[in-house]
Amino acid sequence: MSLRDIAFEHQLARRHLKGRIFQVLAFAAICVGLVMLALLFFDVLRDGLGRLSWQFLTSFPSRRPERAGILSPLVGSVLMVTLMGVFAFPVGVGAAIYLEEYAPKNWLTDLIQINVANLAGVPSIIYGLLGLEIFARWLANYTGGRSLLTGSLTMALLILPIVIVSAREAIRAVPNDIRLAALALGATKWQMVRSHVLPYAMPGILTGMILAVSRAIGETAPLITIGALTYVAFLPDSLKSQFTVLPIQIFNWVSRPQAGFHVNAAAGIIVLLAILLSLNALAIYLRHRFEQRLKR
Amino acid sequence: MTLRDTTSLSQAATQADVYLALRRKQGRRLAETVIRYTLLACGLVSILTTLGIVTVLLFESFQFFREVSVVEFLTDTQWTPLFKDKHFGIWPLVAGTFLTSAIALSVALPLGLLSAIYLSEYASPRVRSVLKPILEILAGIPTVVYGYFALLFVTPLLQKVIPNLAGFNAISPGIVMGIMILPMVSSLSEDALHAVPRALRDAAYALGATKFEVSTQVVVPAALSGITASFILAVSRAVGETMIVAIAAGQRPVLTLDPRGPIQTMTAYIVQVSLGDTPAGSLAFKTIFAVGFTLFLITLVLNVISHFFVRRYREQY
Repeated sequence: MSLRDIAFEHQLARRHLKGRIFQVLAFAAICVGLVMLALLFFDVLRDGLGRLSWQFLTSFPSRRPERAGILSPLVGSVLMVTLMGVFAFPVGVGAAIYLEEYAPKNWLTDLIQINVANLAGVPSIIYGLLGLEIFARWLANYTGGRSLLTGSLTMALLILPIVIVSAREAIRAVPNDIRLAALALGATKWQMVRSHVLPYAMPGILTGMILAVSRAIGETAPLITIGALTYVAFLPDSLKSQFTVLPIQIFNWVSRPQAGFHVNAAAGIIVLLAILLSLNALAIYLRHRFEQRLKR
Repeated sequence: MTLRDTTSLSQAATQADVYLALRRKQGRRLAETVIRYTLLACGLVSILTTLGIVTVLLFESFQFFREVSVVEFLTDTQWTPLFKDKHFGIWPLVAGTFLTSAIALSVALPLGLLSAIYLSEYASPRVRSVLKPILEILAGIPTVVYGYFALLFVTPLLQKVIPNLAGFNAISPGIVMGIMILPMVSSLSEDALHAVPRALRDAAYALGATKFEVSTQVVVPAALSGITASFILAVSRAVGETMIVAIAAGQRPVLTLDPRGPIQTMTAYIVQVSLGDTPAGSLAFKTIFAVGFTLFLITLVLNVISHFFVRRYREQY
């Protein structure tokens, strides 16, 4: 072995060692994320699991932490999200159908596409300012001011880009043969979309919708900005009724100094996370079914 | 009935059929047009949203700047619109935002990039298909939950390590925010790394490079614009993040770079005013739109830059 070879071998061993150290480092980086996730779940469960009870789910908020519950925020969240879906689903899917099936290639189409991409990057609290000014103030006569309707409309605008983008992907994944087959039988464009493309794309669209809903359920800042209440001891009885949602109630409890409320916050978080995890499981199931169907 | 009669009868029937079919076709064509424009209107809602945001922010900011000069807004070093002695210098809020974002990014960027390299270059497909979704759970956790975690878990922990760390500070929410945006960085960077053609890697291996050298000196540089885009999006996300800082960073707008004490970000200020009973139309009410406008401009610029980088990396491969 020449001197040069020995030097190379030596160098090579060092290069491999460097590589191994890097691999360990990169794996450690992933572990940081995973450990933090585990710690977060552990912390919340440790603090809040003992507080979770039927009484907690069915009581109104109270000044006494041990009596307080999440009935009004839970109902508020469900109503807000349902209403939001009623607004956002048709509009979002409609926009996606337009962009995928109808839109000619012109400046307006480009503008809509760039615009949707940009809207997805606007901080959620800015949507809150939009909702506060337009829905809660300018249209106060119709929405009832800082109401359930205002909150749902604001959140509908917030999730619209997510709905549009995911619906477009689902529609794009529909094989073109199916469109051609419908058209060949004399279907008009809308008949083709309604009876062929949409049923095929629906599981994918629903998956995106569920993910958008789970984003909305956890959203706090825009609803605080439009003036959703932090203490509500009644259930909303109309669209114009004032309301609160689960994350705002949690925020309110975290912000209080008494430890009793912190326990309530942790229990509220467990409920919130449980809802989100079930929604995500549903989305995964739907996506799985969708993929199976596309394979056939 | 003669033969001729039947023929004319059937002819009449055919004519009626044709007429009806034509009418139906016309009706259908009309319906098609209506549907087409309805769908277009759905698409236009997103443009109206943008117009609405810009209009609202400009309108209220304009009202604000009629009472407070732009010079004061940009040169004063104090932000006290809710006190008797009112000052309207935006810099303390910008400094607070900058501080928490900088801490978040110093956590998220290195960890995110390393995770992405591991997932794309080192992990087996099976490990990757397990780790990636788990990591992405982090992105789906509501920010109010992270706020709880920062205030009641991370801060007390850090207080044992860092002396004179206040109950509200910039470090703890900064770190937690970093964990929150980590999956965004790792996912987007991983997509960029994944898009690098195999041929590039093979060429480097053929020249005798080790896996480490291929990853860091060939694949990462080749995916640099995609990685940059993910970094800029992460900055934009950190700047706009609200609940973590509103819960754990305090409510004191001070022009400082010391992360150990309470500070206030632009977003947390908007939350603070929204929670109070500030009368609509008052000067304090208008401040949240001026602050919101500043925030909107910053994130808009960041998003535009990021899109520019994304387009570049798409064009390359």
